[in-house]
Amino acid sequence: MAQALPFVASVSVQEADFDVGGEIAALSEGRRDVGAIASFVGLVRDLNDGSGVSAMTLEHYPGMTEKALEEIVEQARQRWSLQGVRVIHRFGRLEPANRIVFVGVASPHRGEAFAACEFIMDYLKTRAPFWKREETPEGARWVDARESDDSAAARWQRGD
Amino acid sequence: MTVKVLYFASLREALGRPAEELALPTGVATVGALRAHLAARGEGWQALGEGRNVRAAVNQRMAGADAAVASGDEVAFFPPVTGG
Repeated sequence: MAQALPFVASVSVQEADFDVGGEIAALSEGRRDVGAIASFVGLVRDLNDGSGVSAMTLEHYPGMTEKALEEIVEQARQRWSLQGVRVIHRFGRLEPANRIVFVGVASPHRGEAFAACEFIMDYLKTRAPFWKREETPEGARWVDARESDDSAAARWQRGD
Repeated sequence: MTVKVLYFASLREALGRPAEELALPTGVATVGALRAHLAARGEGWQALGEGRNVRAAVNQRMAGADAAVASGDEVAFFPPVTGG
């Protein structure tokens, strides 16, 4: 009889890039009870709202950012049967094709892994204190929050 | 009776400062009241005014206008977040 292994969660807010394959592999390292790992990677695009983007700078609120991400992970853990969650969010100056964010979720079953991964991203988009400032040919501009992000987060509150 | 107030992103730029220590005026006991007090400073501070899309946190947790503010608190004002 396999013994239940503990839930493992880890949140990092960092300037450095991350290794996607290594992070995914780490989610099931040393355990045989994981049946599914879902992951999401967010990248800098070279086009936003019709303007070319040559770079962006991500500002955050040190201290609160980590707490907000940990709280989101905890909500996901309470909601689904999860074995591990890894969240990495970068800050500082990034260029198109650079990675911004990683979310990885390990669970016994794919449905819960997919759902929790999407939930964490939707909540992160509306609750984690990051702000993007883009460099475009027309000058630098702060990115406006999208209403679609609010509605994406709100759909998890319908209790379905 | 002081609070530390932080400003982020476009709000930090509009107000020309990242942070300040502030003596809480009498009667200011909520996030909303503090925001109104700051917005009334005049030139530039309308960025915190009513109708502007400003979010707040008290002691590093998201907080609504009704949230209490007390001496020693860290209060932050910022635009809606755009990470991810």
